Amino acid sequence: MTIEDKLFLNRFQADKHSHLKIRDRDVCRSCERKPCTYICPAKVYAWDEKEERIDTAYEGCLECGTCRYGCAHDNIDWRNPRGGFGIMYKNG
Amino acid sequence: MSDKFDVIIVGAGPSGLAAGYMLAKEGMDVIIVERGDHPGTKNVMGGVLYRQPTEEIIPKFWEKAPVERAIVEQRMWLVDKESVVTLGHRSKGFGTEPYNNFTVLRAKFDRWFAEQVVDAGALLITETVVEDFLYDGSRIVGVKTGREQGDIRANVIILAEGVNSLLAQKVGLQRDGINSSELAVAVKEIITLPKEKIEDRFNLEEGEGATIELVGDSTFGMMGTGFIYTNKDSLSVGCGVLVSQLVEHEGLNPNEILEHMKSHPAVKPLLQGGESNEYLAHMIPEGGYRAMPKLYRDNVLVVGDAAMLCNGIHREGSNMALTSGKFAAETVIAAHQRGDYSAGMLSEYQSKLEKSFVLKDLKKYQNVGVVMERNRHFFSFYPHAVNAALEEFLTVDSVPKKEKQQRIWNEVTSQRSKYEIIKDLYRGWRVMG
Repeated sequence: MTIEDKLFLNRFQADKHSHLKIRDRDVCRSCERKPCTYICPAKVYAWDEKEERIDTAYEGCLECGTCRYGCAHDNIDWRNPRGGFGIMYKNG
Repeated sequence: MSDKFDVIIVGAGPSGLAAGYMLAKEGMDVIIVERGDHPGTKNVMGGVLYRQPTEEIIPKFWEKAPVERAIVEQRMWLVDKESVVTLGHRSKGFGTEPYNNFTVLRAKFDRWFAEQVVDAGALLITETVVEDFLYDGSRIVGVKTGREQGDIRANVIILAEGVNSLLAQKVGLQRDGINSSELAVAVKEIITLPKEKIEDRFNLEEGEGATIELVGDSTFGMMGTGFIYTNKDSLSVGCGVLVSQLVEHEGLNPNEILEHMKSHPAVKPLLQGGESNEYLAHMIPEGGYRAMPKLYRDNVLVVGDAAMLCNGIHREGSNMALTSGKFAAETVIAAHQRGDYSAGMLSEYQSKLEKSFVLKDLKKYQNVGVVMERNRHFFSFYPHAVNAALEEFLTVDSVPKKEKQQRIWNEVTSQRSKYEIIKDLYRGWRVMG
């Protein structure tokens, strides 16, 4: 099963504003491996070749925090979504 | 809402709820602040809850709580690409009172647990994020929440915010931030399956449960484990690996590891016909004793995952969370009686942990993580070698057994020298013994 199919099973209350921010876009440009694009269990981060920037599909974030620690440049400003927003696990 | 409490607890997970329950029972004025819409909707664990430490908080909880299955069999699988060597233990006694452990689903269990805490007298507010501390000079006197006019004051704050402990880091208790080799990322899928099928496939009587931990090719040889736990009418199927090793494994996503594990010929038949119901992700604090934050300062205590209290070797974490919550509550009650919430007084919390299994166990295994991380073959070469050896030994092909033994030994030593194997055994014994 793909991640997209799996995320479809989950319950989310998406906020209008992202709780994940890239601190410095230049850092991503020079980041060789861009681990955020593969370590995130929900594939929130994707490299946009054209725009040369990381896109964040924060709506599907599972709030594990892996990106925050996997980014060697500490370039992700990770916050909790606002109260009541984000993933709402049925089973946990 | 009164504007000052005795205690603020940040997070309604096992550690925060345990602390809240004990404090409320003692008549303390306690508020629990939870960011989810209900306690549990942000919480994830593999799924094993231990009876004894839970019962120390709520006696006979299993008679009322939404537990899934009482575990009677715990298996360990050493996994190679197409084969598996299995070990395990089953005891009928574990299926009857007082029980050993249960599978639970956090979203269900924590919601129930929180109800008990509220019944005991604690105030619970949900959908509220604690964003910062409230200071009076350098003294912490409360927290700032994301709500309008959301400042809350208290004498002491218990941080039970989980593994991604933003507040503990903010207040400088977590020393240099957490290293990515001290954290594992785990993903899990809930796969629904009829009760009867689960009981047939896992050879269980009604209501009994089984767990399987998988080591080896199921995590592509990375430091980590897979797991399959039986719930009432679903399976919790997941895997976790160190964040640092995943980063090195360029292009590999945690979901691909899980799908790889699910497709193993020994795993696939167990899941057949099941339907995915939910996909979850969470980090596990694997750093152990060496990576623990400072556990207290004036007016603040850190418990559970936020304090890195987790024993990955023995799949224990919820027990440490509950026990640390209990110790924090006892310490706060004593502090309240003296009217002294200084670091000196709160250090009693650390002493309690030191004297208990929690820090005794974490100390015992304090070097395992480092040794395993540096010796990756423990998770790749050995599971493979054991499988290959048994496959050779079990293949009946008219080759004399003595010759087979020689073949196995030659095969093993062609990949790892005798000297290295002896060194590995010694290392393993040193860090685990």
